[in-house]
Amino acid sequence: MTLHIKNGSIDTSISRRGFVAGSAGMTFAFTLGGLGRSGEAIGATEPTKFNSFVSIATDNSITIVCPAAEMGQGVYTSLPLILAEELDADWSKVKVEFAPANPKVYGNYHHLFNGAQITAASVAVAGFYMPLRMAGAQARKVLLDAAADKWKVPVAELTTEKSTIIHKKSKKRISYGEVAAFAKVPAEPPKITEAELKKPSQFKLIGRKDIGRSDVPMKVNGSAKYGIDVQVPGMVYASILQSPMEGAKPKEGGVNVPDIMKIKGVGKVIPLPFGVAVIGDSVEATRAGVEALKVNWDTSGAVAAGFDSEKAKADYAAKGKDPNVETKVEYQVGDAKAGLGGAVKTVEAVYWSEYTYHAQMEPMNAVAQVSEDGKSADIWTGTQFGALAAGIVSGILKTTPDKIRVHNQFLGGGFGRRIWPDAAIQATILSNIIKKPVKLILMREEDIAAARPRPMTHHVLKAGLDAKGNLVAWHHKLVSENVDAVASPPRFQATGGKDYIGARGLDQAYYAIPNALAEYARETRGMRVHAWRGIGSGYNKFAAEAFLDEVAAASGKDPLALRLELTKGQPRANAVLKAAAEMSNFKKKRPGHGMGIAFSDYHDTFSAGVAEISLDAKTGKIKVHNFWMAVDPGVVIQPDNVHAQLESSIVYGLSAALIEEFAVKDGAVQATNFDSYPVMRMSEVPEIHTKIVTTNNPPTGMGEIGVMAVAPAIANAVFQLTGKRLRHLPMTAERVKKALA
Amino acid sequence: MAAISLTVNGKTATVEAEPDTPLLWVVREHMKLTGTKFGCGSGLCGACTVHIDGKAMRSCQIAVSKVVGKKVTTIEGLSPTGTHALQKAFIAEQVPQCGYCQSGQIMQAAALLSKTKKPTRQQIVEAMDGNLCRCGTYPRIVRAIQRAAREA
Repeated sequence: MTLHIKNGSIDTSISRRGFVAGSAGMTFAFTLGGLGRSGEAIGATEPTKFNSFVSIATDNSITIVCPAAEMGQGVYTSLPLILAEELDADWSKVKVEFAPANPKVYGNYHHLFNGAQITAASVAVAGFYMPLRMAGAQARKVLLDAAADKWKVPVAELTTEKSTIIHKKSKKRISYGEVAAFAKVPAEPPKITEAELKKPSQFKLIGRKDIGRSDVPMKVNGSAKYGIDVQVPGMVYASILQSPMEGAKPKEGGVNVPDIMKIKGVGKVIPLPFGVAVIGDSVEATRAGVEALKVNWDTSGAVAAGFDSEKAKADYAAKGKDPNVETKVEYQVGDAKAGLGGAVKTVEAVYWSEYTYHAQMEPMNAVAQVSEDGKSADIWTGTQFGALAAGIVSGILKTTPDKIRVHNQFLGGGFGRRIWPDAAIQATILSNIIKKPVKLILMREEDIAAARPRPMTHHVLKAGLDAKGNLVAWHHKLVSENVDAVASPPRFQATGGKDYIGARGLDQAYYAIPNALAEYARETRGMRVHAWRGIGSGYNKFAAEAFLDEVAAASGKDPLALRLELTKGQPRANAVLKAAAEMSNFKKKRPGHGMGIAFSDYHDTFSAGVAEISLDAKTGKIKVHNFWMAVDPGVVIQPDNVHAQLESSIVYGLSAALIEEFAVKDGAVQATNFDSYPVMRMSEVPEIHTKIVTTNNPPTGMGEIGVMAVAPAIANAVFQLTGKRLRHLPMTAERVKKALA
Repeated sequence: MAAISLTVNGKTATVEAEPDTPLLWVVREHMKLTGTKFGCGSGLCGACTVHIDGKAMRSCQIAVSKVVGKKVTTIEGLSPTGTHALQKAFIAEQVPQCGYCQSGQIMQAAALLSKTKKPTRQQIVEAMDGNLCRCGTYPRIVRAIQRAAREA
């Protein structure tokens, strides 16, 4: 959505500029073409830019551009490490810079994004693995050619090691920095074939356990800079009381402006179509202003007006039951309806999940400075999608995206929330109105009011068994708001209403079920539903994997045995299940405790998790004692970070499984801070055990994979212990108590 | 607006602020010590934890006028060289991910270790339970505190 300022008010229209881009093919030209300094020797003072990703200075320091956002997942280390590997760089000399918003150069060519410069879906490593290796190998080739030329020796006689070129015969050595002083970067990048790249067995940096994250030292002494830490000269502060729902705006004269203007330090109160901004000379003034605001909202243009998530459940359930409701098919093999019709035994159940909020620790914020002529802007913020911010802001300023300089900072948590650049948009609008740099900080209460949640979902599942108890038919029907419709309108339109984000995980691609259908029906409730760590797989795998245990029970099979049988033809899925079972000693009975297992894939990474739980029957509170997870992400770039990401996403999954939810009343989020929206604390975290199943497949992502198996593994463990099914997320004490009754 | 004199990380500075301004914003925006973070503004998350006379406190809940004459320490002043046993241990255990809550975690843990040299696991959890980490680095935080206690 683009916001245009017109006569002090703002009208909205769709802009596709800068949004998930078209279908550019995979080429490596973009890493170099025209962006290297061609035919020109660089003086000793300026680093030589070998391509868009790497420069080397005469002091041997190497600067590598990180094309993705660092939100905790570790790309600030792993992506430069991939380039440094093929460059044969001295890792201790590598410095990292964040890329500017420039998708042509820094876009991710993973098939999910086709060149869009977005950090999401756990595909940064997967998408940049080859381009960054190529960029490293190309820079190395230029260095080698330059040294060979200088020494008048065949380039084939040269080797490299730790930023040094070696000619073994003559025992000559020269550092990359020295070569950079005279190397000429050719206009046409040297051709590198995939066969010339290192074999995994030759890796010196990739896979090393002793290489830590580059951002850790600055994150233990307070020096890491986040968007919220930015100050620019002459800036003023802003906070915005966010509209309680999309489309609600302050009524004409419906804001107590004079009261707010009396607050010391407040300079301006600006009603906007998305809230009411308070501008002031300090954070404390704008915060006091926002807290004292009384606003009469016009909700006539808001779809969510009157929406009540509790009452709406009856409609969702009706849609789930109605065989004639329009659906989109996400996955289909064989004929599920015929399979169910011909089944000897059928199993059926409904599942639910509630809205969840990202609760990223750093509230949304941005600093924006619009130029005097209003035709360009600088934006400092932590964003997963700076290119989208540039695209939308350029629409607002009626200029082009290249005039919007997005200076990406460390993100104090992303989890999907920082895909949508609302803070950057709002700060720019304010800067354009008041003609000063603006630092916008949302208070936690406003961050929650402006939540872009995981949707509330309803699932109807049916399975058919043959006479031998084999699973022969599967039908999964999801009812929810469509995330793509809000988060990616161009793709939603281009695909005729497919919800890639919300439907993720509905498929059963790794289970051999002869007849399977997964489909989804749409609800339109006006909520700002969005990508949330694990996207659709979070709730779809909960429903599917918990239901699979119901199928196992109905067929008299062990839940692990059934999964191993279904994944017989899928070695990677099968292997993680076996690994999780083995590491948890799954079959061992624990008196008073329940054990549950679940499997999930996510964008070509494979995981299986096991939960060990006990239950306080009086309160209904679930205690998770242990959680084990095995994962196969292909080639491992940073082993310790793979474990760290698993720990992280398991905790995120536990929090979502047991605690997190908010209701919606009158279209507004019914939570205000961490008291009304609790998230997991240290005392609730179980022992977490993680294991990497090593394979030589291309590397895939680790940022989200731990989330999905957690909730179903817990539900399945509760069933093993109590014989009762938990079919509603989160599995709060209250819901458990009800289920046990 | 009043001129308020306060001692932060051993240095005395004078800031122009309303006396009821939360210490958090004085430290972050007036003094540009941005290692201390804003998370909730209500004392619920611990991201803004600093030491006041050696005690771990939520700087979002303390008016700047209340710390006049007291010693305020932020993450930037925990160790002049950034080599406090906890900082070394947090690196060794590779604790931070997004890193946003980590200043608060370290300040909270430092106050614990200054009182309780060898805390039990339970004492660690009790002391740290008010500090949220949305990246779920809790298991590593526990390990890092245990390591710091061991190696200090």
